[in-house]
Amino acid sequence: MSYSKPKFKEKYSNFINGKFVEPIGGQYFDNTSPIDNSLIAKYPRSQKEDVELALDAANAAKEAWGNTSATERATLLNKVADIIEANLEEFALVETCDNGKPIRETLNADVPLAVDHWRYFAACIRSEEGSATELDQNTLSMNIKEPLGVIGQIIPWNFPLLMLSWKLPPALVTGNCVVLKPAEQTPSSATLLMEKIADVFPPGVVNIVHGFGPEAGKPLASSSRVDKVAFTGETTTGQLIMQYASKNLNPVTMELGGKSPNVFFNSVMDADDAYLDKAIEGAVLFAFNQGEVCTCPSRILVQEDIYDAFMARVVERTNAIIQDNPYDINTMVGAQASNDQYQKIQSYFKIGKDEGAKVLTGGAANKLSGDLANGFYIKPTILEGHNKMRVFQEEIFGPVVCVTKFKDEAEAIEIANDTLYGLGAGVWTRDAHQLYQIPRAIKAGRVWVNCYHAYPAHAPFGGYKKSGFGRENHVMMLNYYRQTKNMLISYDKNKLGFF
Amino acid sequence: MMKRVTITKKAAKVLEQLKEKHGDLIFHQSGGCCDGSAPMILEKGDLYLDESDVLLGVVEGVNFYMNQDQFEYWKHTHLTIDITEGRGASFSLEIPLGLRFLIHSRLLTDKEDNFFNSKK
Repeated sequence: MSYSKPKFKEKYSNFINGKFVEPIGGQYFDNTSPIDNSLIAKYPRSQKEDVELALDAANAAKEAWGNTSATERATLLNKVADIIEANLEEFALVETCDNGKPIRETLNADVPLAVDHWRYFAACIRSEEGSATELDQNTLSMNIKEPLGVIGQIIPWNFPLLMLSWKLPPALVTGNCVVLKPAEQTPSSATLLMEKIADVFPPGVVNIVHGFGPEAGKPLASSSRVDKVAFTGETTTGQLIMQYASKNLNPVTMELGGKSPNVFFNSVMDADDAYLDKAIEGAVLFAFNQGEVCTCPSRILVQEDIYDAFMARVVERTNAIIQDNPYDINTMVGAQASNDQYQKIQSYFKIGKDEGAKVLTGGAANKLSGDLANGFYIKPTILEGHNKMRVFQEEIFGPVVCVTKFKDEAEAIEIANDTLYGLGAGVWTRDAHQLYQIPRAIKAGRVWVNCYHAYPAHAPFGGYKKSGFGRENHVMMLNYYRQTKNMLISYDKNKLGFF
Repeated sequence: MMKRVTITKKAAKVLEQLKEKHGDLIFHQSGGCCDGSAPMILEKGDLYLDESDVLLGVVEGVNFYMNQDQFEYWKHTHLTIDITEGRGASFSLEIPLGLRFLIHSRLLTDKEDNFFNSKK
């Protein structure tokens, strides 16, 4: 079964104060599809004054929204979930068109997972409560959670609707108003969502401002009228956003990527069974979403005594990947999100080969035929080398994995942790001791054990080291968008006796 | 004079254009996800720099920096700044032009490696 490019309007607007609003300066940018480099539509090239307009709306709405009941807010989140679910195919098509990822994934992963995150946070807020402690016979300490106010959110282009659904629901359900800037590569699904849910929230509660990082992102991140900034992206911009936040003494959450190790111990090959099959797939998951995942398992570490046999199976499975038209339901790997990413990945092939890495498969762009010849396709690639090579240390953000071998547990841990980052990791073994001890020794915020690339709403996600700080998802996320009001109440009628 | 960092003519032209608009600039090599592993061009003074940022060289009067941790893995490579069509999602100043700076790398020659890395 094959789909085709969805229909778009000629141009779209920002969503501010419950209405679609043209950018004040009247400027737009062309948004293109990486599938064939064709035009999708024009989106607002917003400037500081557009961001200010959204901040006016959010600040005007925050008092009333912050005072709504948890029941009311949760009900609205559930309504959004129902609307996305009812339009699942439309969202999936728009996402595939804008990002280049295969329709198989948007239909079965991106959009259903987005729906679930809205529902999850609606459920969280209904089931949690504050705390009260009797500190002594006459003194009660009550902790009431209060919203921060207005949140600025800057989201990436690799999972546009899902990343929006990681960030928006927890901020909204805790009583905050939001100004969100989608990535300029992928503004479409956020816009479609606003079209579908325009009347769900009171005006000013959700605001979407499109535009470029230096023109719209920077004024949002540096504004003294936001109470928190949440960012997913790269390290230099992350540092800049933290600097701006420091001027306003605002909290920030940073998710800045990784170079995640996927570690395979020799016991995975003890039998040729369903588990080994799963482990091989686990290694090939580097190609999932074209490798454009912050937790891409981009380093495979294999114990030396199974290295040749295991890698033969991994190469075979990688070679069986179908890379074709992303609208085709059989396609497993689609297009990279933009030309600059496409060029960057190829520049890493060159330095990888220069440094002596051996190409086990792939290692080049994939020129598809017809309209797709203008798209940005990279062959799923396995490079063999050692951990000090640049291709082992830098996030390539493509369907590219670097593989090396290790002798024993100590060396596996050493190589796994020899990276600036610490976002994700995978550990594969049939040994019950390794199952626990190795994940504990790896310095990463999420260690998948005998699985990889699962992102349930009820599991916290975030980085160690240069991968950032703060967590997303899980009920703990609610407190990243709140402060604690402590009420210390005395029921003692007698004075202290000091004065 | 040996250099660790050079720039293509095409990229230098864009750099000139940005200097006219924004004044003094710096490059900072980013890491991490999405638009990471690419150089960011920023107004001088915007990004807080200290001794943990290594100055790799100067191109067209613009300093090129990288964090020390990252430099450890890059110090044996020569970098050429190029420009390509594209759309980054960072705060880098060329993005509104529909262009993106990009790094091409090669290994330093033995002579270059001696010059840059054996002095210390």
